[in-house]
Amino acid sequence: MRITPLTKTALWAAAGFVLVFIYAPLFVVVANSFSTSSTLAWPPPGFTTEWWVRALTNEAALNAISTSVIVALASTFVALLLGTALSFALQRFEFFGKSTVNLLVVLPIALPGIVTGIALNNAFKTIMGVQLGWATIIVAHATFCVVTVFNNVFARLRRVGTSLEEASSDLGAGAWTTFRLVTFPQIRSALFAGGLLSFALSFDEIIVTTFTAGSGVQTLPIFILDNMFRPNQAPIVAVIAVVMILIAIVPIYVAQRLTSSDSR
Amino acid sequence: MPTDVTSPVRVTELPRQSVARRGSAYLYRHAKVRLALLLSAPLFWLGFVYIAALVALLITAFWSVDSFTGDILIEWNFDNVTTILTESVYQAVTLRTLGAAALVTIIDIALALPIAFVMAKVANKSVQRALVIAILMPLWASYLVKAYAWRNVLAEDGVLDWTLGLVGGNSPGYGFEGAILTLSYLWLPYVILPIYTALERVPDSLLDASSDLGARTWTTFRTVIMPLITPGIIAGSIFSFSLTLGDYIAVKIVGGATQTLGTLVYTNVGTANNLPLAAAIAFIPIAIIFIYLGAVRRTGALSNL
Repeated sequence: MRITPLTKTALWAAAGFVLVFIYAPLFVVVANSFSTSSTLAWPPPGFTTEWWVRALTNEAALNAISTSVIVALASTFVALLLGTALSFALQRFEFFGKSTVNLLVVLPIALPGIVTGIALNNAFKTIMGVQLGWATIIVAHATFCVVTVFNNVFARLRRVGTSLEEASSDLGAGAWTTFRLVTFPQIRSALFAGGLLSFALSFDEIIVTTFTAGSGVQTLPIFILDNMFRPNQAPIVAVIAVVMILIAIVPIYVAQRLTSSDSR
Repeated sequence: MPTDVTSPVRVTELPRQSVARRGSAYLYRHAKVRLALLLSAPLFWLGFVYIAALVALLITAFWSVDSFTGDILIEWNFDNVTTILTESVYQAVTLRTLGAAALVTIIDIALALPIAFVMAKVANKSVQRALVIAILMPLWASYLVKAYAWRNVLAEDGVLDWTLGLVGGNSPGYGFEGAILTLSYLWLPYVILPIYTALERVPDSLLDASSDLGARTWTTFRTVIMPLITPGIIAGSIFSFSLTLGDYIAVKIVGGATQTLGTLVYTNVGTANNLPLAAAIAFIPIAIIFIYLGAVRRTGALSNL
């Protein structure tokens, strides 16, 4: 296709504008985390590391981080079990209602978070009469994390096929031996990637969490949201935001590397 | 067990007939049992935790709240449905939320088209790969962090105020416009990626043929590219549209006093403690999303998600 130089320049300018639009706000947060102003004023009136020191020694923030890690680990564990079982069922079997089950897996992430949130809030509080707390957050998070594990393992199972497992059974290995020595090594990295994404998803989640956490348990996103509106805490939130950007990038990068061979 | 004892290769040992072995032989022969074992736990979880919760939510919309004790009364009535259908505040908020979703979608498509086009058709291979990564990375930065970033940008005396001040303007601040900007920012990568994928699939030969036949860039874009990438654009719009309809956190962070369906649901669950009314309101965005999905289904956009 022939594109005139003028159009080409305009296109590149538009692309550059979009990139600035995407990245500038993130850099503003990084800059503000070192700013002496606590009102988000621009340009930053001075440089300080005070907020970093205060954030990294803030007990509530550190508690919130460990809460988030525990919740993310627990819900990832459940999601790994359920997601793996589902992906085997949907990849290796034909059965009535298969597409419905497929829809069921995607639904918790496809419906608006607020719907999932109040549906679970209502189910826990009104229907089951359970106190909101650790267990309810973990159940809620696991529900929408299943899909990430499912997607990864499902793609891997489609790629590896069943011939090695059949060979294993033909050679006399039982179901458990075949799984341990043949199937598991083949899906290990997909499980790891799905688990990482699930961890990241749970670690960041805010909407469903606000409806299922109750007042006693504070995850990191809830801590951020609570402190964002307190004038003196604004720069501490900036520091935590920067840390979260860094934390989010690492697992995503690793997961991408591990699964890039699946999409080829 | 397929162990052939009559073969010339001497088989020294038969598999031990333990319980585990009999179990796995049984599983090997009964595919239905295997399937049932695999499906039982996930279906129990998703069916009894999630679907039951959604159904219960639908039912709760037809109950009411004791205004004195704040307890939920199991009295079947259509009061909540009547309220949200007739009271003008709910109509106004629904229209505002729909307007926001439409605006965000239009802004995102307008921003996504040029960069997706550059990525798919103008940039060389290595720049293309770098751009894809550049678009993917912020997709995974926390939602909350991105909304907070816009709280920084839009703040009074903040960076946008300062930048626009150089040309004599000022920041829109926290309010409806701020919310629109932030929501457009949040969903932009979700819109860029399907459009980019659709553009990638448009064969270069078609574009060459079009210009060989004398079409100018704009004509080629309008008559060749647009019809081919429309499903991709619609796929992207599903994200920006439905995510905006359900959002309330970003609106809370940068929207000032702006009310959307999401914030109405939130206040009714929290401060107003009227879960039945909240449930009824929550079904407005669900209904709109299903209507929207139904409308775009024929375009084939859903298989582009």
